[in-house]
Amino acid sequence: MSTDTTVPPAAAPPPSVSGAVTGLSLRQLAWRRLKRDKAAMFAMWLLVAIFLTALLAPLITNLLGVNPYDFDLTSLDPAQGSLPAGPWGGASLDHPLGVEPLTGRDLLSRLLFGARVSLFIACTAVIMIAIIGTTIGIIAGYKGGWLDTVIGRTTDLLLAFPFILAILALSPVLTQRLQAMGLSPESSRVVYLVLVFAFFGWPYLARLIRGQVLSLREREFVEAAVANGAPTRRILFREVLPNLWAPIIVYVTISLPTLIATEAALAYLGVGIVEPTPSWGKMLADSVRYFAVVPTYLFIPGTALFIVVYAFNVFGDAVRDALDPRTGRNVR
Amino acid sequence: MTAYVIRRVLTGLLILVLLSMLTFVLFNALPADPAALTCGKNCTPQVIEANRIRLGLDLPLWQQYIEFVKGLFAGRTYGSGTATFACAAPCLGYSFRRGEEVTPLIINALPTTMYLAVGAFVLWMITGVLLGIYAALRRGRWQEKVTLGGALVGYSFPSFFIGLLLLFFVVIRWQLLPYPSYVPPTDNPVQFFQTMILPWITLALIFAAFYIRLTRNQMLETLSEDFIRTARAKGLPERTVIRKHGLRAGLTPIVTAAGLDLAGLLGGAIIVESVFTLPGLGRLAVGAVVDSDLPVIVATVLVAGSFIVIANIIVDLLYAVIDPRVRLSA
Repeated sequence: MSTDTTVPPAAAPPPSVSGAVTGLSLRQLAWRRLKRDKAAMFAMWLLVAIFLTALLAPLITNLLGVNPYDFDLTSLDPAQGSLPAGPWGGASLDHPLGVEPLTGRDLLSRLLFGARVSLFIACTAVIMIAIIGTTIGIIAGYKGGWLDTVIGRTTDLLLAFPFILAILALSPVLTQRLQAMGLSPESSRVVYLVLVFAFFGWPYLARLIRGQVLSLREREFVEAAVANGAPTRRILFREVLPNLWAPIIVYVTISLPTLIATEAALAYLGVGIVEPTPSWGKMLADSVRYFAVVPTYLFIPGTALFIVVYAFNVFGDAVRDALDPRTGRNVR
Repeated sequence: MTAYVIRRVLTGLLILVLLSMLTFVLFNALPADPAALTCGKNCTPQVIEANRIRLGLDLPLWQQYIEFVKGLFAGRTYGSGTATFACAAPCLGYSFRRGEEVTPLIINALPTTMYLAVGAFVLWMITGVLLGIYAALRRGRWQEKVTLGGALVGYSFPSFFIGLLLLFFVVIRWQLLPYPSYVPPTDNPVQFFQTMILPWITLALIFAAFYIRLTRNQMLETLSEDFIRTARAKGLPERTVIRKHGLRAGLTPIVTAAGLDLAGLLGGAIIVESVFTLPGLGRLAVGAVVDSDLPVIVATVLVAGSFIVIANIIVDLLYAVIDPRVRLSA
């Protein structure tokens, strides 16, 4: 699916603000607009809470006296082929969200620890995408010429590449290579996913940034810097880059939920995190075998995934509106 | 115009060649030994060596690539001496794992994927574009908020979760449909529709959500243009303004996005095909990955990538026909 990344030309100060609030920077104005959006604020605090929960997962599970790795056969019903005993997937005071069939591992703690892996992969990958995509986009847009052509063709090529398929297919080979370099099986999966997400993710952003730079290049302040004899590097990173924050931030907030969902989809297809490390996508994949008899096992990670992605989308939408007054729902 | 067409087709072809090279190198150079992958775990070194020579895997990589391209256009012959077999013209390789040529595998999987993609496409284009226009026309009212809010919810559901939810409620809990089991529409149209309806809905939900947002934004942008004001000013009825002037200009970018999305799906809807066990290109590819069946992996990646490249060319050319500014500036 093509991503919805229509982004404003950067740094156009909104003219609508009256004299009473002069002296506000673009960033302050955007923040002010964002704060007025109640749904966005709710989504933001929800995301903060989710991040904190993921960060503090070991602490929380310790307090509750559960952990994601221990088998608890007493919570299973041997008469039913080791399905969770009791209704609601074996939910009880010991295991508030129930247990995994066959093993009796606690689902709440697996959900919390799974969030750590998913969020870590998505956040690291998005940072790499932002750095690589911005750098390459600035270079292509500012330098032009053959460099621009080469970069343009490379992005065309990578955008045409069926990347989910490629990530699936390359996974066994590349994780082996990473393990040969001394990584544990677990961390090699994480590193692999971050690397392939970055590799297939930067072209979109690079193309976006290139377009922005093409128009920024012709602006007076860049001309002035050139006339002053500023070195190219200074022009690029001191003059051009600060005007690109809006599209970069918008792109990052839009990509994060996509990456989280993609990671889960890959785990569902069998690529990704290995046992015993929990991951939402893998929980979903495992739950498929049981979902006719233990539906809660499917609903729990699925709902968690939906809430995180939805919160990111609501927040991302609001950020875009805040940074670009023209698309704003309340402006115009 | 002719110059633009030629240039666009040539760059497209260049991308296709690069795509095939990248795919070929990526999947043939990275595994430790592609020949060892041609047979199972209990394989003798002799068999591996024999297969290596029969499949030409002993040649340098660039020569293998040339052989591959030759097979694509002129067919090729594997092996030497008495133990040869021919692979006819669009030869995408030979899968030792399955003991079959790859081309028929792809051709057999293609119709399923096409039915899935086209059916979902029709569904999501109708609902997405209509609801998007509706939201744009009800700008600022509750109808717009509900439509957009619903779209954002749909947009946030991972496709496999929607698929599994539909499967759980419609098939298992409420038993409205039998468990999906794919048959070609020519064999049993009723069972075909019963199987395809949930995959269609799953795909369409996600894409429709995206197209509602896209259409609404496009319509609003177009409706604020000067020529719309002109049309209104000269006293045209609002209905004509929107139908004749707004829609035509506003829908062009949507046609572009639709073309690319459809092409992407024709390369295999991996997740939806997996959830509903539809024997299409996506599942062929996933199966090949599980079996480390290199020739099938290379072929599916190539076919899927080609769809996208070709769609890109067609869409760009269409765009140039519709909007003269494109070909003048290019």
